[in-house]
Amino acid sequence: MKIILHIWRQRNCKDKGKMTRYEVPNVNQEMSFLEMLDVLNEDLILKNEEPVAFDHDCREGICGTCGCMVNGMAHGPLPGTTLCQLHMRHFKEGDELYLEPWRAAAFPVVKDLVVDRSAFDRIIAAGGYISVATGSAPDGNAVLVPKENAECSMDAAACIGCGACVAMCPNASAALFTGAKIAHLGLLPQGQPERDQRAIAMVAQARQELFGSCTNIGECEAVCPKEIKLEVIARMNGDFIRASLTGR
Amino acid sequence: MELNSNSPTGPIETRWERHRFNLKLVNPANKRKYNIIVVGSGLAGGSAAASLAELGYNVDCFCFQDSPRRAHSIAAQGGINAAKNYHNDGDSIYRLFYDTVKGGDFRARESNVHRLAGISLNIIDQCVAQGVPFAREYSGYLDNRSFGGAQVSRTFYARGQTGQQLLLGAYQALERQIGMGAVKMFPRTEMLDLIVVDGRARGIVTRNLITGTIESHFSDAVVLGTGGYGNVYYLSTNAKGCNATAIWRAHKRGALFANPCFTQIHPTCIPVSGEYQSKLTLMSESLRNDGRVWVPTTKRDKRVPSQIPEAERDYFLERKYPSFGNLVPRDVASRNAKAVCDEGRGVGESGLAVYLDFRDAIERLGASVIKERYGNLFDMYNRITGEDPYKEAMRIYPAMHYTMGGLWVDYNLMSNVPGLYVIGEANFSDHGANRLGASALMQGLADGYFVLPNTIGDYLASNKLEKVDSSHAAAREAESSVHAVTRKLLDAKGTRSVDSYHRELGKIMWEHCGMARNAEGLKQALALIPPLREQYWSDVKVLGAGEELNQSLEKAGRVADFFELAELMCRDALDRNESCGGHFREEYQTPEGEAARDDENFAYAAAWGFQGVGQPPVLHKEPLTFEYVHPSQRSYK
Repeated sequence: MKIILHIWRQRNCKDKGKMTRYEVPNVNQEMSFLEMLDVLNEDLILKNEEPVAFDHDCREGICGTCGCMVNGMAHGPLPGTTLCQLHMRHFKEGDELYLEPWRAAAFPVVKDLVVDRSAFDRIIAAGGYISVATGSAPDGNAVLVPKENAECSMDAAACIGCGACVAMCPNASAALFTGAKIAHLGLLPQGQPERDQRAIAMVAQARQELFGSCTNIGECEAVCPKEIKLEVIARMNGDFIRASLTGR
Repeated sequence: MELNSNSPTGPIETRWERHRFNLKLVNPANKRKYNIIVVGSGLAGGSAAASLAELGYNVDCFCFQDSPRRAHSIAAQGGINAAKNYHNDGDSIYRLFYDTVKGGDFRARESNVHRLAGISLNIIDQCVAQGVPFAREYSGYLDNRSFGGAQVSRTFYARGQTGQQLLLGAYQALERQIGMGAVKMFPRTEMLDLIVVDGRARGIVTRNLITGTIESHFSDAVVLGTGGYGNVYYLSTNAKGCNATAIWRAHKRGALFANPCFTQIHPTCIPVSGEYQSKLTLMSESLRNDGRVWVPTTKRDKRVPSQIPEAERDYFLERKYPSFGNLVPRDVASRNAKAVCDEGRGVGESGLAVYLDFRDAIERLGASVIKERYGNLFDMYNRITGEDPYKEAMRIYPAMHYTMGGLWVDYNLMSNVPGLYVIGEANFSDHGANRLGASALMQGLADGYFVLPNTIGDYLASNKLEKVDSSHAAAREAESSVHAVTRKLLDAKGTRSVDSYHRELGKIMWEHCGMARNAEGLKQALALIPPLREQYWSDVKVLGAGEELNQSLEKAGRVADFFELAELMCRDALDRNESCGGHFREEYQTPEGEAARDDENFAYAAAWGFQGVGQPPVLHKEPLTFEYVHPSQRSYK
């Protein structure tokens, strides 16, 4: 089948950028979305045109490197699916697709569909961890974790840090990302000692990075490829308010 | 060259403890005076960078990804082994040691493997403390499952995302150190050369992938945790960015490359669907715990699997290996799948697939239990193939997955170049000729959290290292050679893309140096690769400039290294006239078709020295002795 693509081309962060139209004939149903972009790029190279820059790595939906807006939806139309796991059988002959990079003040465009998400790393560095130096841990079974807590913690920990939540949010808020880490660690007994401090530090860092505030719209949950729930934001707010009030 | 493994002797149970006691220490107040470069931020590199910074060293950590959290360790699914014996099922450090030496087909160093088995206990403790959400029993205790190649339940897991959760644990520890200023992180920065001064590793040359700036970084020691080289084959389960450039360029600066032909094919991957295929997707072999592998008894049976009656199914692993059944090690499972496909009994469009069937497990345990255990893997299969594995058997085929070979290191994880340490999949040390499932995560973390932070101090404390900076001739030479390679790739202005060459190389390797090899095929590969490499340098087409984000240029440099490494892999495979583990030479097999080792002539690690592109490398042998686990024919019958 033939697919028509309109792709955001921008040389570098200073360039203005524009949409460019491409046609990809001979798209196979079994191809992944990124394989279709590979085919386009191979074709562009042979025509002496610079290939489209896009971030990708594992192509198994776990590294969180890939992603762009497809017709206004982060990672495209399929729920619970990263762009690399989206296959062309979900599209039809002649479809026109508009591909744009994640749009957020905190994610400056590097080139074409590639953005800088290092703000996420700085949010983690601010407090998204349990302070335990190598070698000081007790036996793994010394701390019991109720199965339900472990499961809920794992649900939140599944976040791949792709940035779709920010890209889709009208406020470009990083609440789902930040909340996921706060929930992951806060649901475990090991995470309790630093729980208050973690919420304060991570929320403050997110603000500093120019991410917007959460106004409970829920677009983030709708596009999250790992289906992280809005509950994590409630947990983050709860932890943050409690920590702020008790002044710890 | 005499290869000194620095392996301790005496009772194996106390070797690591005694060795550690004999290592020199760096005074805590002096640690901040040392700079250490860590390249790679996966389980090995990330955990090493964090642990070294905790000790007080100044650490510079480099990764080519946009964040250290994205290293390919993240994709490991099934689990991590540890000899906790929480299930009272007869496990012990000695048993894990024994299983690993035997699973590696007696081509690993006993001292290293025993240390690894012992440290496995600490890893679980450390990860739990970091908040890794391992699976739990209803009682709150840690849950375990069994895995290929083992008869005890010693695998700890976090759903099908164990690698992700362990990596995030290491990443968070690393970010904590970055936040405190103890680690300086360089994301989107690729190592392109090693700086060797007076025979010692003293720094690296890097390219900033955003700006294209090429610059030198200096240190007292360099640690490579840059992963394996499976992408030589183009199609593999590795991430697209995985590459051998760091270890290969270190090899060209003098580091020996050991056992390059020891590659692992993973039995449970989603089969290839077409020419455009960019990578292969693995599904955790934990699926083999409940799934049954079979093919139809007749050739080219085109019925849907559920329509094929029991009597016309050949559960070939259960039939041939009654005691291990579907849980035989990876190399055995892969070769048997290839064998039935070669007989013409393969299934699917291409005939290059076998069934992995959960019908019986769903009947026995119910769909909800299967969903809890493998839900995310089933979803992934469904997403990629559009088929529902709860209703029809999955189709799987082996794919290139892991490389046991890598840079040669001694017991301290130091290469033959003083000051150059190599950890995780990038080294050759612990898995011999075949790695057991759930042992890669264990080795990466053992090296990074517990081994390297102990051994590196001995080197720093024992050697007086002069300051070096970019004015040093060695640094200037390394930088200009990197500039030259970049220029050459951009100036070729040929007719074919980097990927088209990579695919061609991959096909040669898969055909002649893949799941089964023979002398004739290897010789053919050795005749095909050099001219293709020559052609690549004159005909490759890399658009754009060097001073910007240029993904084609990044790939072009990596593929250039794959060409040279591929040749070495074939040479090593041709030189090793025996079959062992993942290296199966068709000429050397038992009457039952199993790998036939030749312990008399090949019980050594083959460490190759670089002599120039296209020049025959020099072979150094590190003899392997087995005092505890006596070599025997591996049998999983």
